[in-house]
Amino acid sequence: MLLIPCPYCGLRDESEFSNRGEVVVRPDPDAASDAQWVQYLYFRNNVRGWQSEYWVHTHGCQQLFVVRRHTLTQQIERPA
Amino acid sequence: MAKIPFPVRFSAAQLLRAGLNRSWRWPQLWRTPQPKRAYQVVIIGAGGHGLAAAFYLARDWGIRDVAVVERGWLGGGNVARNTTVVRSNYYYPASAGFYQRSVNLFEGLSDTLNFNVMFSQRGILSLAYSPHELNAMARQVNALQLNGIKAQMVDRAEIQRRLPLADLSPQARHPCLGGYFHASGGTARHDAVAWGYARAADALGVDILQGCEVQGFEMRQGKVVGVRTAAGTIGAHRTAMAVAGSSSLVAAMAGVALPVVSHTLQAFVSEPLKPVLDTIVMSGLHHTYASQSDKGELVIGGDSDPYTSYTQRGSFSLIERTTVGLLELFPSLSRVRLMRQWGGTVDLTPDRSPIIDRTPVEGLYVSTGWGTGGFKAIPSRGPALAHLLACDRPDEHSTAFSFDRFARSALIDEGAASGVAH
Repeated sequence: MLLIPCPYCGLRDESEFSNRGEVVVRPDPDAASDAQWVQYLYFRNNVRGWQSEYWVHTHGCQQLFVVRRHTLTQQIERPA
Repeated sequence: MAKIPFPVRFSAAQLLRAGLNRSWRWPQLWRTPQPKRAYQVVIIGAGGHGLAAAFYLARDWGIRDVAVVERGWLGGGNVARNTTVVRSNYYYPASAGFYQRSVNLFEGLSDTLNFNVMFSQRGILSLAYSPHELNAMARQVNALQLNGIKAQMVDRAEIQRRLPLADLSPQARHPCLGGYFHASGGTARHDAVAWGYARAADALGVDILQGCEVQGFEMRQGKVVGVRTAAGTIGAHRTAMAVAGSSSLVAAMAGVALPVVSHTLQAFVSEPLKPVLDTIVMSGLHHTYASQSDKGELVIGGDSDPYTSYTQRGSFSLIERTTVGLLELFPSLSRVRLMRQWGGTVDLTPDRSPIIDRTPVEGLYVSTGWGTGGFKAIPSRGPALAHLLACDRPDEHSTAFSFDRFARSALIDEGAASGVAH
């Protein structure tokens, strides 16, 4: 069982959380091209290694936060 | 259609002779050739898909100057790591046609390959636990019937008849309300599918190069003209990726970005039991499905891990959730021990439908995004990729699974429509 570091509740079992995928930056709605929207909606870096990603403490405090996780070794650390 | 020149044809008489003659040696199923300097076609990945594509290229298109390169060993990836289920209960016409074609080809596959793939159409029973789920199933069954796929609603009495061990009572934590039966679904021996295609492709002259990792692409004027491997550079007129799990890593070496994410999908088997389950049972509510293998093991699967992972080893929380679901459905299995557990890396597209297409880079072709259901599609994605490589355009069954459908918002959203159980 992965232990996810919730910034409010501390280390808790992964079954309390929902993963929201890797951190992506939304393009500027007033200026973005169609290609940028396609990139934002459908394409991910899908790295094998350290990745910054969103987690939500769904069955806890509901907080959305970012952790760094290694997608091969499953090591987890809070971002600096 | 070319006849396959097997060195030894397998048959019942052959088996009997070998049984009576203990010194009889079974022939090796494929050669271990040295790589040539160049091939007409190089396929990356000797899994079910790559081997099937090579076989149909050689048999149907007469293209026998083909190499299948593989980092590990033949059939050691997801074709060895699935739960062997074959079904075609997909919602949209494009997928329904594609997967039904696969079921049809599975029905004759043992004959085609002269190799027993043990295809057993024992049917798939999907269970519903709320009126809403039952309504959604009725809609799904209507769509399936319109597409000519065998499916019918079944009531609780019929389910109890087919699943004597299941707790469907009103006292169960989740009382079952009904379900539907997909009669043409079943299971096939996964390794035999890979080995059968490998043996047949090899007999037709295809070189299967194991332990030959692709480390980069040979590019000339922006075109892929071969692969750099552990065994040196191998030239290719056309190169195809039939890679699961690591497909975005391999594509990145050619500068191609794919709309896929890699997740772990795991499964496990119990210790062998006497026959207790003669169909495949799926429960969306319990996030679990199970069948019983010919050896008596219960083959149990659930959801994929809900985050990016290349681990090839599933999370413990998913094992817990899946087994809890199974035990709610079959309380009498509570003393059964699990024997083996494994995980595979699957690549998921945003709409849970595959991509079979040319890439933006000339000379490079891709078949990816088979997600949690690649095994069942092997006999139809083989010819689809072979057609793409032979003709430089997709066949009639796979035109919808194009690379640019995301830019065009022409999604085939089976994730939402079929619920895509595995």
